[in-house]
Amino acid sequence: MWKWLHPYANPEVSYHFAGKLKPWLGLSSALLLTVGLIWALLFAPADYQQGESFRIFYIHVPSAILSMSIYLAMAIAALSSLVWQVRLADASAAALAPIGAVFTAIALLTGAAWGKPMWGTWWVWDARLTSELILLFLYLGVIALHNAFDDKQMAGKAAGILALVGVINLPIIKYSVEWWNTLHQGPTVSKLGAPAMASEMYWPFVLCFFGFALLVGAVACVRFQTEIITRNKMRPWVRNLVTSEVN
Amino acid sequence: MSSLSYRQTFALVLKRDLTIAFRHKDEMLNPLLFFIIVVTLFPLGIGPQANTLAKIAPGIIWVSALLATLLSLDRLFKADHNDGSLEQMLISPQPLFIFTLAKITAHWLLTGLPLILVAPILAALLYLPEQSYSALFLTLLLGTPVLSFMGAIGAALTVGVKKGGVLLSLIVLPLYIPVLIFATSAIDTASLNLPYNGQLAIIAALFFGSLTLAPFAVGAALKVSTN
Repeated sequence: MWKWLHPYANPEVSYHFAGKLKPWLGLSSALLLTVGLIWALLFAPADYQQGESFRIFYIHVPSAILSMSIYLAMAIAALSSLVWQVRLADASAAALAPIGAVFTAIALLTGAAWGKPMWGTWWVWDARLTSELILLFLYLGVIALHNAFDDKQMAGKAAGILALVGVINLPIIKYSVEWWNTLHQGPTVSKLGAPAMASEMYWPFVLCFFGFALLVGAVACVRFQTEIITRNKMRPWVRNLVTSEVN
Repeated sequence: MSSLSYRQTFALVLKRDLTIAFRHKDEMLNPLLFFIIVVTLFPLGIGPQANTLAKIAPGIIWVSALLATLLSLDRLFKADHNDGSLEQMLISPQPLFIFTLAKITAHWLLTGLPLILVAPILAALLYLPEQSYSALFLTLLLGTPVLSFMGAIGAALTVGVKKGGVLLSLIVLPLYIPVLIFATSAIDTASLNLPYNGQLAIIAALFFGSLTLAPFAVGAALKVSTN
């Protein structure tokens, strides 16, 4: 069943596969984001309560969702690296961590910019805001631990264990801060079935969300390739690659 | 060696760690002194008003306890890693779980337990309401082992890193947040004369969860960082 995966355990094959995937992901992301963001920021109707400032939603919500999905993806990669000793899974976890941290930071910053007109303050110690901030700390911890080791193999494994500990802790942290304090509005788009918003507002969101998700994929491919090359820089195929690029 | 039972192994490692610690008494006392000094800094910084201090006392005591635990974590595996005895533990026929459990227990006996014993005195300095003392004691009793267990994961991950102290606090402190929230909320609830069983039950759940899971994570982390 899993036999089709075996060739991708070879770094060279994976490197070229990521290289092939990259332009498709990048182009479709650029297309979706152009259409989605122009639609969302210029043509979608303004919210009857929140007015124009609700448009931050189209960047805020996708990045908040992605910040958590990327952590989950990183933890799954870390698990497969620890359990099945897939070496490239380390590389993909290392590739994902900074992307996730950036999206968490975007979610926090856009959230602050949204909170100012809506709640009258840049920051409140609300459950969701706090757990997002802690998520950022967890990301930064994983990145810092990864950078602390000279040996990339060791760094990947150590950061992987930390990512897994974090993924067990994340729901506990989430619920603990939720009981602690809550002001943030309930979920609008994550409910299955009919979304709790008008369709002319909803469709630009879908485009933006998938645009950002594909952007994550494209950036992850670039970073994954870089990780593979730095880990295999002594291998002949990497040398051939470099010399053929130079000539 | 393999004829040792799990209980004997546990007792042996525990006794060894305690003996080593008692021969370096100053190292053992330093986190405790740090705890006391940090707690005394707060009234100096905030002002001596009794009602303000009473309000923030649970937070001060718990945050200082987190920091004091953090300070002591750096040494948990460092000496054993430097003199090679950690590697001997890793290659011994006994399961790694027993070693890590014993070492963490020793760590708690040396840092967590003294904190619990000193906490009431500091609570009196901060005018903590009388009805909160039992909550303070119980949350510290159940919560400080969680700090030791969670912290040991961070200590094991950073044992091979040259200057791991700051890194250790960066990766461990976010993991301490649930304990902090529930412990301070339990003490606050107790000060209003309300039942705080719920918060206590959650801290107990965190304790048993970390007791069963953390030693495995610590073992895996030690294997990685000793390579």
